[in-house]
Amino acid sequence: MSLSATTAPPSPAAPPPPDAASRRRRGYLLNHLDLKYSPYLYIAPFFLIFGSFGLYPMLRTAWMSLHDWDMIGDHSFIGIDNYTRLLSDEYFWNALVNTFGIFALSTIPQLLLALFLANLLNRTLLRAKTFFRMAIFIPNVVSVAAVAIVFGMLFQREFGLINWLLSFVGIDQVDWDGQRWSSWTAIASMVNWRWTGYNTLILLAGMQAIPKDLYEAAAIDGAGPWRQFWRITLPMVRPTLIFVVILSTIGGMQLFTEPLLFGNGRILGGNQREFQTLAMYMYEMGIENLNSAGYGAAVAWAIFVIIVLMSLLNFVLVRRSAK
Amino acid sequence: MSLTTRRTRMAAAALAAITAVGGLAACGKDDDTPAEGEKPAKLVVDTFGEMGYDELVKQYEQQTGIKVELRKTAQLGEYRPKLVRYLATGKGAADVTALEEGILNEFKANPRNWADLTPLVADHSTEYLPWKWELGKAPDGRLIGLPTDVGSLAVCYRKDLFEAAGLPTDRDQVSALWPDWNGFHEAGRKYKQGSGGKAFIDSVTAVSNGVLFQQGSDLFYDKENNIIADTSPAVKAAWETATSMVDISAKTATWSPEWSGGFKQGTFAATFCPSWMLGIVADNSGEANKGKWDVAAVPGGGGNWGGSWLAVPEQSKYPKEAAKLAEFLTNATSQVEAFKAKGPLPTNLEALKNEAFLSYTNEYFSGAPTGKIFGESVSKIEPVHLGPKHQAVKENALEPALRSFENGQASKAKAWEQFVKDAGIQGAF
Repeated sequence: MSLSATTAPPSPAAPPPPDAASRRRRGYLLNHLDLKYSPYLYIAPFFLIFGSFGLYPMLRTAWMSLHDWDMIGDHSFIGIDNYTRLLSDEYFWNALVNTFGIFALSTIPQLLLALFLANLLNRTLLRAKTFFRMAIFIPNVVSVAAVAIVFGMLFQREFGLINWLLSFVGIDQVDWDGQRWSSWTAIASMVNWRWTGYNTLILLAGMQAIPKDLYEAAAIDGAGPWRQFWRITLPMVRPTLIFVVILSTIGGMQLFTEPLLFGNGRILGGNQREFQTLAMYMYEMGIENLNSAGYGAAVAWAIFVIIVLMSLLNFVLVRRSAK
Repeated sequence: MSLTTRRTRMAAAALAAITAVGGLAACGKDDDTPAEGEKPAKLVVDTFGEMGYDELVKQYEQQTGIKVELRKTAQLGEYRPKLVRYLATGKGAADVTALEEGILNEFKANPRNWADLTPLVADHSTEYLPWKWELGKAPDGRLIGLPTDVGSLAVCYRKDLFEAAGLPTDRDQVSALWPDWNGFHEAGRKYKQGSGGKAFIDSVTAVSNGVLFQQGSDLFYDKENNIIADTSPAVKAAWETATSMVDISAKTATWSPEWSGGFKQGTFAATFCPSWMLGIVADNSGEANKGKWDVAAVPGGGGNWGGSWLAVPEQSKYPKEAAKLAEFLTNATSQVEAFKAKGPLPTNLEALKNEAFLSYTNEYFSGAPTGKIFGESVSKIEPVHLGPKHQAVKENALEPALRSFENGQASKAKAWEQFVKDAGIQGAF
């Protein structure tokens, strides 16, 4: 249309034909509708899916948590009884301690290692960069069940590789799922193996966004690589670091498959619940025990509240340190 | 079955169950009930493990012209969450559903989920082991399950390891070693001495399983379904016998990788075998160990571990035809066929007297006359009262406490304390 307009301009005196006018009007209307409503259409799939698979189950769980609920039978309203019971439930607090223990053992070394690796991969002099960057991500692609099974074999008491290696330095057979510290270590090692590469890549992306001239200026001023890392890299990746920490927190609080499979699928997580996480306790109460589904729902909400609190805490801490 | 598939499936089942909670709320009950007398095009049967129904189902299709779909699930742990989902959402359940002893009671607690079979099938009450038949009834008296198999106990033992340790290997002589549990313990100690300190039995929980069902009294619950875990003589007997055997135990928890691997490695020389366990022992031991295993009697007479019923969910659109199919699958001839195919032990009295059943021998287990051995032990099973959450108390209270003691994580007194406390929590309903 614009082409034809340049080659043969219509005389300004002649009015456009009537059908062209109505077409233009309709075009305007469509255009208007398009501008006003299509954005909603474009984002609708997310909200529909979030509504039916995210929000609705959450509200439903909240509703269930106020009831004495039998999964395949009756339910009756009991108000906040499930929540008051939760506060004095020894096994709930046990699961909370386990979850935080495994979380600390997995997140802290994992983030330090990821930071170190990202810094290494960020070097300009590194050869085969793409290869290393891809290779480091591979553990994250492996199915969590496969990881848990392989690690479960490594940490076996009788024929496990780790115990075999330990025997060379004179350490007796460790019953990995028999104590808290050992089971936490084993489970944390699975989490670390899977997620270090992922966090490395995210941190690397953050590092690449740092302007190169900052480093050049620092180098001219005589700052070595270590000082550059502390004074430039670390402050500049702080926003990325917050993101990574919050993601790890959410993942850590919901840890389920690794400890479940480490304990041969037994929901108690060890003979004395040495490594039963909050998510496992929720499953035990909400799904395994048919008649305490309401209590399980209360545990689920407790996990949600804990995640929110942890994320807020992260946020505040990191913000304060930025000032 | 390999360990890998088992654990992967466990994970899959766990995930499936988690998703189920989300989906639970969204569905309602279907209401398009078919017209009276209409013949179903297809009936669905849900089973777990190996119940030996493949051929029987084909026979039924030919006889009646009704197509039957057999849905098999390998492990009970994966089967139960699916079943819970079907019942909670009111759709998806098979027309005929197998219920295992351990999960039967918790499903019986909500009998409205199941069709009453009494008006749908002929009266078979005298044709089965009486206690087995009674267990198929819900607390409100409705008949919800027809008996399939029973998990009568025997002892599987490694002949080659017994010989190397200087114990007899002939199955009658071996049975004679342990008329009671003291004899069994004695044999275990001898084996340990003769083999240079090797473990005799897989775990103490295997022992407690065996003793528990021999007492013929209330276990974790009394007849009014009060929890009596801390005072029950049967539980106390199982506890004492099991904990005393810690010196001859390999400390490998049943179903753990150490346990599965132990069969091949010879970590232990004997284990308790319900009839359905024979296939699992053979799988775990591998073709290389064929003929090295044999079957002897269990100390102290009978014993029971597992066994199932067939039930018809209330949501089935064809309860009448489904009940007929369940009736067919549990009759005497079918039970013998199923036993020959996959090993589940009959509960039908006529099937137990059947010549083909009694003369059956198992090749993998050195040609042991398993039909005769298990058939004899069936009659010695003491009927017991299993409360509503029997399985949860056994698996999540008794066995973890026993393992705590076995692995040296707790003293005997502390472990017992743990059990009593957990029994109260797990047993609440």
